[in-house]
Amino acid sequence: MFSNNDSIGKTFFVVIALCLVCAILVSTAAVQLRPKQVENKLLDSQKNVLAVTGLLSEGNIKELYTKHIQERLVDLNTGEFVDMAPESYDYRRAMKAPETSIKLEGADDKASIKSRANVAPVYFAYNEGVESGKLSAIVLPVHGYGLWSTMHAFLALDNDGNTIKGINYYEQGETAGLGGEVQNPKWTAQFVGKKLLDESGAPAIKVMKPGNANPTSAYEVDGLSGATLTSNGVQNTFDFWAGAKGFAPFLTKVRDGALNNG
Amino acid sequence: MASAKEIKTVLFGPIFANNPIALQVLGICSALAVTTKMEKALVMGIALTVVTAFSNLFISLIRNHIPSSVRIIVQMTIIASLVIVVDQVLKAFAYNVAKELSVFVGLIITNCIVMGRAEAYAMKTGPGMSFLDGIGNGLGYSVLLLIVAFIRELFGSGTLFGVEILPLVSAGGWYQPMGMMLIAPSAFIIIGLLIWILRAFRPEQVEKA
Repeated sequence: MFSNNDSIGKTFFVVIALCLVCAILVSTAAVQLRPKQVENKLLDSQKNVLAVTGLLSEGNIKELYTKHIQERLVDLNTGEFVDMAPESYDYRRAMKAPETSIKLEGADDKASIKSRANVAPVYFAYNEGVESGKLSAIVLPVHGYGLWSTMHAFLALDNDGNTIKGINYYEQGETAGLGGEVQNPKWTAQFVGKKLLDESGAPAIKVMKPGNANPTSAYEVDGLSGATLTSNGVQNTFDFWAGAKGFAPFLTKVRDGALNNG
Repeated sequence: MASAKEIKTVLFGPIFANNPIALQVLGICSALAVTTKMEKALVMGIALTVVTAFSNLFISLIRNHIPSSVRIIVQMTIIASLVIVVDQVLKAFAYNVAKELSVFVGLIITNCIVMGRAEAYAMKTGPGMSFLDGIGNGLGYSVLLLIVAFIRELFGSGTLFGVEILPLVSAGGWYQPMGMMLIAPSAFIIIGLLIWILRAFRPEQVEKA
C-alpha cells in the first residue's frame, strides 16, 4: 500500500491505527476492571473504620461492617444530620467541588486543605451490633497537610464526643520511616484516652516535642522524632477538625444528646 | 528462532553480566523509591518485567512499519498503554500493594529500561527474541531491586516481606533499626556498593578512565 515508511500517508496511517488500538485496549481494561476497583476502595475504607474502633477481626469485612457500623451524613455548618443516602455520597469529590464545599483562607485554613465539604460522613459504631442501639464510638474522617502530602485519618471518639478511642492514618505520603510513622500503631496508641476538647470546648490536643509530653496530661502526646513538620500537620489537623469549621457544631450537638433521640 | 545458547544469553545475561541497573545504570529513579519493602520491590519488578516484555514484543512486531520520524512517540504510546493496563489490573487485584506503589507504577512509562530496550533491541530484532530480551532485562531489574530491598527492609525495619526477623527495641526486642536505610539516599549507597562488588568480580565491566 505504501512504498515508503516515512511518507506522510504512512506516518498518519500508523499513528492513527496505533492510537485506535491502544485506546480500545486501555478503555476496555478500565471499564472491565472498574467495578472491582470500586469494591476494593469501599472495602478498604470499611476496613479502616472497623480498625479504628477496634472491631476489626478475622472474617468478612462487609458483614462485620453492616453488623456494627452505621454511616450518616452531617452538615458541618449546623451539625445537623442530612437526609441523604451515604452510599451515594462522594466525600472526596464534594470537598473539592466549589458548589458542595466552602473555601478556607488564611487563619481559617489551619490544616492547609484549601476547601472543606459542607457535608461529611460520620460513622457510628455499635460493639453489640447496630440493632442493639448501644453506641460505642463515633468515627470522624479527618485530613490535613503534613510535610509532603495530605494525610487522611479516621478519628474514633467515645460516645461522649470527646474522649479519643483511637486514630488511624490510612492514607499519607510522608517520608517512610520518619513522618510515615504516623501510621505506626505504637505511636497512635498514645492518643487513646486523651480528650479532644478542653473544658471550654476549644481544641485541646497538643502534639509536643518528642519526649516532652506529660503522660498524666489529658491533652499532650509526643510528636514523631525526626518528623517535626509531619507532627505539626497532625497538630493542625486536630486544631481544624475539632474547631468551629470542623466537627465542633456536630460534637456540641452530640454532647447535648442529639444521638439519644435520633 | 535463535540457538539455545543465544536465548540463554538474552534471558539471563541481564541479571549479572549486563544488568540494566548495575551496568547500564538505567531505571535508578524507581530503584530508590520502591525498595523500602521486599513486597513493593517484588510487585514493581513483576510489573516492569511484564511491561518491558510486552512492549518489546509489540514494538518488534510492527518495527518494519514504524516511520522513523515518529518512532519514539509510537514506542511511548505502546508503553504507556501497557502501563495503564498493568496499573488498572493491580488496582483491581492487588489493591493494598497498588496503594503503596502509588505513582511509581505509572512512572514505569518513564523508566529508561523500557524505552532503552525498545529502542536498542526491539526495533532491530524479531518478536520472539525481543520478548525474551524484555523478560531478561525485567529479571535483571527485579533481582537488583530485591537485593536492595532485602538490605533496606532487614536493617531499616527488621522485617522481610513484613515478617519480623530482628525484633525491634521499640517492640521489646534488641535491634535498633537504622533509620538511614528507610530514606532514599541509602539506596544510592547500596546500589553503588553493589556495582563496586559486581565490577570487582567482573573487571571487564569497568569503564576506561
